[in-house]
Amino acid sequence: MISLTCPVETWAHRRPAGLKLAALSLATALLFATDRPAILGAAVLGVAALYLSGGAGFFRAGLSNLRLLWPFLVLIALWHGLSGQIAAGLAVALRLVAALALANFVTMTTRLSDMIEVLSLLLAPFRRLGLSTRALELSIALVIRFTPSIADKGRLLGLSWRARSPRRPGWRIVMPMAALAIDDAEQVAEALRARGGLEPPGAR
Amino acid sequence: MERNITLIALFAALIAGLGLIPKLTLAFGVPISAQSMGVMLCGTILGARRGALAVLLFLALVALGLPLLAGGRGGLGVFAGPTVGFLVGWPVAAFVTGLIVERWRAGALALTASVASVIGGIAVLYAFGVAGMAIMLDKTLVESALLVTIFIPGDVIKAVLAGLITATLARTRPASVLSRG
Repeated sequence: MISLTCPVETWAHRRPAGLKLAALSLATALLFATDRPAILGAAVLGVAALYLSGGAGFFRAGLSNLRLLWPFLVLIALWHGLSGQIAAGLAVALRLVAALALANFVTMTTRLSDMIEVLSLLLAPFRRLGLSTRALELSIALVIRFTPSIADKGRLLGLSWRARSPRRPGWRIVMPMAALAIDDAEQVAEALRARGGLEPPGAR
Repeated sequence: MERNITLIALFAALIAGLGLIPKLTLAFGVPISAQSMGVMLCGTILGARRGALAVLLFLALVALGLPLLAGGRGGLGVFAGPTVGFLVGWPVAAFVTGLIVERWRAGALALTASVASVIGGIAVLYAFGVAGMAIMLDKTLVESALLVTIFIPGDVIKAVLAGLITATLARTRPASVLSRG
């Protein structure tokens, strides 16, 4: 499955994922701690420099990931332009851009496997307490495995709908999609049980 | 145990799959995606606990960096965006929707599941979404609420459809509606 990690490797790809996530949390907390447009503007410039350090293509990819912010930025511009609270609007807009771009930066430079490793590290205390985290690890793998399969079944249902009706397939194919998901779940559960279930290896 | 896990995982995958269905556009130009209907269905079909866990699992994968949200969005950025409140509210919405379907056994399932989806998937969800937007955009709660009212008609349609889908599933395969199991 395609992940959002940027395939072009930058220096940030080689930094430990845990470090990047910790830095991101700290930076985001700091962004929300200030209301001064000057500081937030500097933060946006800093994030832009971070993206540019990965090359022009990386910068453009980062920019296109910000497109979901446009409606909100237009809204803020209109709102604060009309009410005259320019500084407050600027602060909100700059903070949004900086926080979102920074979070995207971490996602774009961290491989899925590294992210999962951090997750498993964070869950280590639970394992110490004797709780199994195998269920979570297994379910993550299952979602990654079955999302394309369910999407494919949805596509096939859409095709068979089109073969029988001149109208577009709509919500009516959702019911069979849900039924197929339940069927898959039952079969996978049976297969797991047949292979010893969720017990950790070596428990028997 | 295994069955609960596979059901939760497969419904997380179903939410992702529903994000790929092309968006419908309402008469007045507001796009609605089938994805939030998936959240309602997690509640009405799987029940409160499993439904909420399926949505949580889905969000965990989005945070890990998979582009599973409608329109191919994902990653940590969506949790720093203005709509983060809606994402945080999703598991709670599925839980409340599921709880209502589990507890309220009188009346037709289509009606129960639709009303449950309206309460969980709209009332509860928007409470979180509006609060999140108020924080992220630095607006009052009332101002943020006004900004999202345009999406409510689409969500009401989705809630009714979720109810109909749940009822159809119960009629054709009664064992599949686990919230009533």
